[in-house]
Amino acid sequence: MGLKEKLHNIKGKVEGTNWQTMFGAVHTLFYSPNETTHSGGHLRGADDLKRTMMNVVLPLIPLFIFGMFNVGFQHNAAINGFPEGMGFFSPEFWNLDNLSIGAIKLLPLLVVSYVVGLGIEIFFATINKHEVEEGYFVTGMLVPLIIPIDTPLWMLTVAIIFGVVIGKEIFGGTGMNILNPALTIRAFLFFAYPTWMSGDKVWVAGAKERANEIMAGAELDAISGETILGALAQGQDFAYSVSDMFLGFIPGSVGETSTLLILLGGLYLIYTKVASWRIIVSSVIGALVMGLIFNGVVNAGWINEGSKFYILMSTEFWHHLLIGGLAFGIVFMATDPVTASQTNKGKWIYGFLIGFISVMIRVFNPAYPEGVMLAILLMNVFSPTIDHYVVQGNVKRRLKRLKAKTA
Amino acid sequence: MSQDIRIKKGLDIKLKGAAEKVTEKANSSSVYTLKPEDFHSIIPKLSKKVGEKVKAGEAVFYNKANEEMKFPSPVSGELVDIIRGEKRKILAVKIQADNEQQFVDFGVKDPKGMQADEIKNHLLASGCWSFIKQRPYDVVANPANTPKAIFVSAYASAPLAADYDYVLAGKEKELQAAVTALSKLTSGSVHVSVGKSSNSPLSGLNNITLHKVSGPHPSGNVGTQIAKIDPVNKGETVWTVTPQDLVIIGELFLTGKFNAERIIALAGSRVEAPKYYKTKIGASIASIVDGKLKGDNNRIISGDVLTGTTKKIKENLGYYNNILTVIPEGDDYEFFGWTMPVFNKLSISRAITFSWLFPNKKYDLNTNTNGEHRAFVVTGNYEKVFPLDIYPMHILKACMYQDLDEMEALGMYEVAPEDFALTEFVCVSKQPHQEIIRKGLDLMLKEIG
Repeated sequence: MGLKEKLHNIKGKVEGTNWQTMFGAVHTLFYSPNETTHSGGHLRGADDLKRTMMNVVLPLIPLFIFGMFNVGFQHNAAINGFPEGMGFFSPEFWNLDNLSIGAIKLLPLLVVSYVVGLGIEIFFATINKHEVEEGYFVTGMLVPLIIPIDTPLWMLTVAIIFGVVIGKEIFGGTGMNILNPALTIRAFLFFAYPTWMSGDKVWVAGAKERANEIMAGAELDAISGETILGALAQGQDFAYSVSDMFLGFIPGSVGETSTLLILLGGLYLIYTKVASWRIIVSSVIGALVMGLIFNGVVNAGWINEGSKFYILMSTEFWHHLLIGGLAFGIVFMATDPVTASQTNKGKWIYGFLIGFISVMIRVFNPAYPEGVMLAILLMNVFSPTIDHYVVQGNVKRRLKRLKAKTA
Repeated sequence: MSQDIRIKKGLDIKLKGAAEKVTEKANSSSVYTLKPEDFHSIIPKLSKKVGEKVKAGEAVFYNKANEEMKFPSPVSGELVDIIRGEKRKILAVKIQADNEQQFVDFGVKDPKGMQADEIKNHLLASGCWSFIKQRPYDVVANPANTPKAIFVSAYASAPLAADYDYVLAGKEKELQAAVTALSKLTSGSVHVSVGKSSNSPLSGLNNITLHKVSGPHPSGNVGTQIAKIDPVNKGETVWTVTPQDLVIIGELFLTGKFNAERIIALAGSRVEAPKYYKTKIGASIASIVDGKLKGDNNRIISGDVLTGTTKKIKENLGYYNNILTVIPEGDDYEFFGWTMPVFNKLSISRAITFSWLFPNKKYDLNTNTNGEHRAFVVTGNYEKVFPLDIYPMHILKACMYQDLDEMEALGMYEVAPEDFALTEFVCVSKQPHQEIIRKGLDLMLKEIG
C-alpha cells in the first residue's frame, strides 16, 4: 500500500474528529486533495492559495540565506573592521564562519516563528472547524527577516501570539485581517520593547551583549550596531559605499539589507503575477517623489545645515530605496493582497502613499527612523477607504447612466 | 448601423475534443424528461397526470405564479412518471415517446401582420415563451414587461461550444420569422451578435441590429454583449434568446408545430469521436453517448464546461443546452500538487505554471478543484478575465453578506451566474462564484422582484 492510499485511509478515519484539521494540513502538504467541482463551472485553474503563497516564500529564501551570512559578516566586521572593496562574491562575506554565526542566531528565530504561529493557526482552525489556511506560511518567513537579530525568543513568542491572535484570528483568519500580520508582530515588538528594537545596539549580532559586558567592567571594544538610517537620524554620516548598500553588506534587519536580492525577488513576484506590479511601481514612485521634494527643499535653500532634518533631507532621493527596509517593505509587505487596496486604481493610490509617507516619516521622525512599517500599517487601515471611493466611482457611473436614460 | 464589440479581458480555455463538423442522427430516445429545475425560480403545477397522453407542444406543467406560462412536452406520448423530491417537489416529468409523433397544431401565422399581444399569446400558448429569458435575474421572462431590447448571441466562445454557424446553416427562414416576431415585443431593437469573421445565417436577417464580436471568451456571452451595447439599468428589462431556440420559435410560426428538434455537439476529451448529433430537447443522455465514451470515470455535462450541469447517463439533455461535454473526473490526489511545476493545466499566473508558454496548446482538463476552498485572498485576478464594468470581488462579497442596496449599486441587475464562470475558473480561493451570484439574484428577486 502506497503513501497515497495510507493517507487516504487515515483521512477517512479522522473525519469528524478534532484531528481532521491538523491531519488535513499535513495531508494536503503531501497531496493536493482529490476534491472535484460540485457547483458552477466544472473546471478550475491550476493555482491555489498554497501555490500562490509558496511563490511568495521562494524569493524570500535567497534573502534568508544572504541574511545568515550577513549576520555573521556584520558581527565580524564590527570587531575586525570593514573589509575594503567588497564585491558580491567576496570570500570575506561568503564563508563558513559568517554562516555559522548567522545560522545559530537566525534559525531559532525561524523555528520559533513557524512553531508558535502555525500552532496558533492550527488551534484556531480546529476550534473553528475549517482548514488551516496558508497565510502564515508567508508571515512565518517574513518575521525573522524584519526583526533585529538579537531579539530574545520569548519576546518574539509574545509578539507572534499578539500579532496572529489580535492581528488576524479575531477578524476571522487569513483573508479577513485588516493589518499585515508580520508588521503587526513587528509593531508590537517595536512599541512594547523599544530598547530592543531601535537604537545603536541592536542591529549587529552581539552588540548589546558586548555593551552589557563593557558596562560590567570588561575591557573590550564596543561594537557599534547602528543602521545607516539610525546614523543619519542622529545627524552623523556613514561610511558605506553605494555598492555596499545595494549589495547588502550593511547592518539592519536580516532581510532588508540586500537591495539587489529584493529587486530580483520583486521582479520574480511581478513576473509570476503573484504580487501586484501596480503597488510595487507606485510605491517606488511615491518614495522617489518624496525624496525629490526633500532634495528640492534643500537645493532651494529653504532649510539650513543647522536643522536636525538637514542630513536626512539632503540624502540623495534614490538612496532611500537602498537603505533601511523600504525596498523590502514595498516588495514583500505592501503587496499583501489582503491588506492592500483591492481595486486596480486603488492600488496605485495605496502604493504611492506608502512610498511617500515612508520617506516622510524617515525624515521627520528620527525616533522611528524606519518609516516603512508605520506607513504600510497606516495605509492598511486606509486601503478600504481608498477602495470605497474607487468603487463609488463605478456606482456613480452606473447611476449617471440611468439618469441620462430617464432625463 | 453595425456596432462592433471587441473585448480584451477574458480567457479562452482551449480543450481537447472539439466536435467535428459532421452531423449524425442520435439513437431515438424512448423516454424524454422535463425538469422544472431548468427553469429557475419557477414553481411548477402539473397539467397532466401519470398515464395521460400528450402531444408535442402540449403543456406538461405551468408556472404556479403565472398560469399562462406553460412548459411543453418535446414529444408526443404518454406521461409515465413523475419523480418527486422533498416536500413532494417535482424533480422530473418523464414522457414515453410514441412511435408516430403527433403535434398540437397552433396554426401557421405570419408574424409580420401580428400585433405584439397576439405574438405574446401565441408564444405563451405554444410553450415557446419558455425560451425567452430576461435580465435582471436570469429567469424566464415575465410576459407583463416590455423589454428595452432583445439580445441574441450567435457567437459561441465558451470552451468546446457548438458552432452556431454550423448548426444553424439553412435555417434562415425560421430565424427570420422568429426575429420578426420578437422585434414586435420590444420597444427597442433585436440585437444579434455574430463572430467577426463568420458567415452566420443570422447576419443577413432583417429587423435586427447586427454586431460583430471578437475577443476571447466571454465575448460570446450574451451578458458581455448586453454590457457593451446597452447595459441594464435599474427598472429596465432586457430579454435574451439563444439562436437554436429562435429556430424552434420560427418553426412554430411557419408550420404551427412545436418542434423540439435540435443539433447538439457531443464534445470533450472523453468522447471517442466528437461530432454533432440531431436529437430533441429532453432526450436521454444514454441515447446520445452510449458506446461513444472512453473510460468510465467521466463527468457528463449538459452544457459547456463552465456553465453546464452534471448529469448521470440515465438523465436527460437540459432544456436550453445544445452541447453535451464529457471530461474526466479528477477525483485523485496529486503528489505535491502545490509545489510541482505545472505543464498540463491552465493558469493565468506564472507561479511555476507554464501554460503561458504555450498559448495554443489544447488541454485535457479534469474536474479536480486543484486546491481547497479558502477565503478571498488574492486580488486583481478576476479583473483580467471579466470584461464587465463591475467590481467582481465586491459584488460577490455583497452577495455573501446579503446587502441588497450594495448589490444593486454594484450592478447586480446586469449580471447572470454565467458571467462569473471565468472568475470562478481563475479563483485561487476556489470560491463558488456562480452559486454566490445565483443566490444573490434569488434574494433580490424575492425581496425586490
